Parts: sequence; C-alpha cells; structure tokens
Amino acid sequence: MKRPKSGMMRMERNWGLLFALPAILGLMIFTIGPIAASFVFSLTDWTIGGQMTFIGLDNYRTILTEDATFSQSMFVTTYYALGSVPLGLAAAFIIALLLNQKVKGLSVFRTIYYLPTIVPSIANTMLWLWMFNPDFGLLNSLLESVGLPGSKWIYDENTAIPSLIMMSTWGIGNTVIIFLAGLQSVPTHLYEAAEVDGGNRWHKFFHITIPSMTPTIFFNLVMSLISTFQAFNQAYVMTNGGPNNSTLFYVFYLWRTAFTETKIGYASALAWILFFVIMVLTVLIFSTSKKWVHYEGGERS
Amino acid sequence: MNQVTSSVNPSETPQHPLPQPERSRSPATATRSKPFPISRVVLYIVLIIGSVLMLLPFVWLIRSSLMGTSQIFVFPPEWIPSPFQWSNYPEALTSVPFGRYFMNTFIIEVCVLAGVMLTSIISAFTFARLRWPGRNLIFSLLIGSMMLPYAVTLIPTFVMWRELGGLNTFLPLIVPAWFGGGAFNIFLMRQFMLTIPRDLDEAAYMDGGTPLTVLWRVIIPLSSPALIVIGIFTFIDVWNDFLGPIIYLSDEKHFTLALGLATFRGLNNTNWPYLMAASSTILAPIVLIFFIGQRYFIEGITLTGIKG
Repeated sequence: MKRPKSGMMRMERNWGLLFALPAILGLMIFTIGPIAASFVFSLTDWTIGGQMTFIGLDNYRTILTEDATFSQSMFVTTYYALGSVPLGLAAAFIIALLLNQKVKGLSVFRTIYYLPTIVPSIANTMLWLWMFNPDFGLLNSLLESVGLPGSKWIYDENTAIPSLIMMSTWGIGNTVIIFLAGLQSVPTHLYEAAEVDGGNRWHKFFHITIPSMTPTIFFNLVMSLISTFQAFNQAYVMTNGGPNNSTLFYVFYLWRTAFTETKIGYASALAWILFFVIMVLTVLIFSTSKKWVHYEGGERS
Repeated sequence: MNQVTSSVNPSETPQHPLPQPERSRSPATATRSKPFPISRVVLYIVLIIGSVLMLLPFVWLIRSSLMGTSQIFVFPPEWIPSPFQWSNYPEALTSVPFGRYFMNTFIIEVCVLAGVMLTSIISAFTFARLRWPGRNLIFSLLIGSMMLPYAVTLIPTFVMWRELGGLNTFLPLIVPAWFGGGAFNIFLMRQFMLTIPRDLDEAAYMDGGTPLTVLWRVIIPLSSPALIVIGIFTFIDVWNDFLGPIIYLSDEKHFTLALGLATFRGLNNTNWPYLMAASSTILAPIVLIFFIGQRYFIEGITLTGIKG
C-alpha cells in the first residue's frame, strides 16, 4: 500500500468528512437524539397537551407490576415469535435446499417462492383477512373439500395467533434467499474431501452443509426474532388486537398508548422495555452461538 | 465483514448474472447425471406443490377481484368468476380518490429515491474509500442502529415533527432519506464498492484528481448494479410503507396508496370484490418491478455478504 503524501491525506480527510456529513447528521437527528429523548420521556408522565412531570422510574414500575395489558401483549408477542421464528426458519431452510438443486426452470421456482415477500403488507393482510373468512374464505373451503372441519381462524382467541403464524410463513422469501446464498458459498473442497473419504449424501449434509450453514442460520435467527417482536400491521389491520386481546401485539399496544391515548411518557417506557427484551434475547443467542456456530478457520471471517 | 459473497466483476456491468444454479459451485447440487432417478421426481413434485401453495393466495386474490358480490359469498367457493366482472376495477378505483393517493405516493417516491440514491452513494463512498478520523466509530454506530427496534425512535421522532409543524406533510416521510439514505443502503453500497479495484482510484489521484473526481468518474459509473438494487428496494419500501403514513398523515388529502387501501376496509361495510380489486392494483406495479429487476433484486440480498 502506497503511503500518500500528507497533503493528499488532508484532502482525503476533508472530502471524507464532507461526504460523511449527511450520514453523521442523520445518525444524530434520527437515531441518537431520539434515543436520548425517548429515555427522558420514559421518566415522565407526559401526555400530549398536558404538563410534563419527572416521575423517575414510576412508568416502569407500573408497567411491570400493575399493567395486565402489558403482560398480555408480551405473552402474545412471545407466543407469536416462538411459533413463527422456528417454523419460518425450518421452512425457509428446506425451501433453500430444494432451490439449490439442479432442476429445470429453477429461476421460475425461485421467483414464485420469493413473490409473496414483495406483496405490500397492507395488501397481504387484506388478502389473508379474506382467506381466513370462516364462511367464504379459501382456507375453510380447502378444508371442506378434503372433508375436514373448518376453523374460525383469526376470529377465535384460541386459533388467532396460530393463524397469524401460518400467514407469516407464507412470506419467508428473504430468509430463503439468504439461506440460498449461504448454501452456495459452502466450500466445495469440503464436499470433495468427504467424497474421497466415502461419505454419502447424509454424511455430507450433517457434517458439512449444516455446520457450514450455522453462521447463516444464526444471522437469520437474530433477524427474524427482532422483526417478529415488532409485528404490528396484522394487529392494526386484521384483528385490532382481538378477539379478547388474543392478538394484542406489543408494538400495537405501544402504538395505541402513544398515538391514540397520547401517553407519550408511558409509551416511551414500553418502547425501552421492548428494546431491553430484544437486547437480552440477542445477547443470549450470541452467547450460546459460540457452542453451535462454526466460522470457517475457527473464527469470524 | 468485508467479504462479499457475490462473484460480481463490476467491469462487466451489463452482463451481471446471479450465481446461476446451472453453474453452481456446490457439488452437492451437481448430482451425477443419472437419468431421472426417483428422488428427482419427488423433488419436482415437492417443488411444484410448494409453488402452488405460494401462488394460491394470488389466484384467490385475482378471482375474488373479478366476482360479483353475490358470487363471492357462495359456499363452497367457486374458482372461476362468471361473468368476469371487470367493472370492479374502475368502480373500486373511483369509489375512493385513488388518483390522489397515487399522486401522493408518487411524489414521496421521487423525493425519497433522489435522497436515498444521492446520499447513500456519497456515504458509502466515504466509508469504503476515504480515511478520516472517527470513520470506524461512525460506521459501527450506523450498523448498530439497524438492530435498534424502531419503536424506540418512533415516538421522539413523531414529537419532533409535531413541534416542527411537519404533521400532515410529506416531510417526515422524505427528509430522513436525505440524511444518509438508511444504514442498510449504505452498508449494501459500501460492500459493493469494496469490490471495485483501488488501482482505479490511485490512477485518478495520480492525474491530480480529488475524491470527487474518483466518485464521479470511477465509482458512480461502476456502481450501477448496486444502485439499481437500492433503487428497487427503496421503491418497494416506500410503496409498501404503512406505519409512517398512519402516524404522520391524518388528513385524507395526503393519504398514500397503502393508507387509502387500509381505510377502504369498512367503507360500505367492506365490499370485498372492490377491496380485492384495489389490493391487486396496488400490488401490480410491485410485481412488475420485481419481474423487471429480478436478477438485481435477489442478488442485492446475496450481495451484502451476509456470511459474517
């Protein structure tokens, strides 16, 4: 590497800072500033139009000890995440394996499996609302046609979350693509070595494919966990949190507190608790990852 | 972190293939050429069943959008509309001011795209190529911000725009795009730029060029694949954005398509054929763009060097 002259370095620094200015300002105005403000709000009882009084950790205490809606929404969100994350990852991994085979019309298959991902989530929720219709929906008519009893889907508190989990599995295209990219970068020489050693297809799958894919599985696990904990649209458009609060997603509760009840302070505390929960989960996954995630050459590449 | 999984050679921008399965590098896929063993048949059957499951909701959407209100409520449902009620489309689109919603969405699209393109290029360039104090810190903060739940920044950002009088304007939806264009876009573009040989920069500097020359003469012309990817992603994000508009836009004059569609439900006690027709209409441009930009689109995700 050539060592540039100091005049060159100064020029590079000046242009570098100039070009970085929008990103730095953006980071301060739209990320760091709001984080700080959010924390300050969470320590107050501020309601839009009202006085702002500093109340310390009272919001947090109320949320954690008295707010039954909070526990319900946390339960609903956890339930949804526990269902949709493993199911989505497993389905996406299987689809990626299938789409990594040498088959005719592969690009057509890939397009078809990706298509649901790009559907505007609002159109998507409308569509599923109609498919879930207990009387005239697609799902019950399919069940009917094979002689099975129908379900009330999102209109019954026991089946509402399982229904939404099923719906989420339809849109796993991004996860599939990331798995596919991972599969294609599994080092060829490992398979060759296994073949020399007489390893069969299953050997190769369990001893090469799966271990090589653990970083990708890890990435997808973290990303889908973060995003399922922030589910919102389904509750807003499809169920309004019902029936009987069975789909009261956390962010929907937060949104309602902030934007319809205008309890900014309380909602900010809710946001921080969500942040904390997501952070703890991520740290937990990261710390267990040392046991099961294999990076090539024994360390992160 | 810097590893880019794509084997893209930026000097061949017009021919910019996805890692095509036909020439896949993984021997697991290169099954020995036995003529149609039973496992291949099973594979095709599974793939086709999966495709049907993926496409079924679309077919259901289209068929529902072309039915009369009496036919749509028949049980067991019929698959073929009779007659095909094409008039659902014009009627659905005129029953609410879709033209205005479209114009609003279009204005936001143009302003956001311009901001994202411009500022993510220069940000990515400075992170990929120029050395300045604090660069790594800022970059880590930027990447870290992707992990932050949006719920945390949502409320203060809303309060800020309320104080600035930005409610019921498009500003809250547009202005952030002009400040870096989003961490994901910067990251994606930077990863791409790292694959462009540095010798080209050196040559430009030898000729007395400034970083601006390098950006303009070298980086931008070679970055079109990454730009297309970012453009498509951004277009789709804006088109599909729902949370932003419901928070900032309460006056129907300013509604976007997504918001218009949401309020559609409940008008006239939900006219399902109309709702399905309107949903197909807002879906159509996205599907079209997806088909046109498909190669870039899927590659864009692959390009980010997910592996770590």
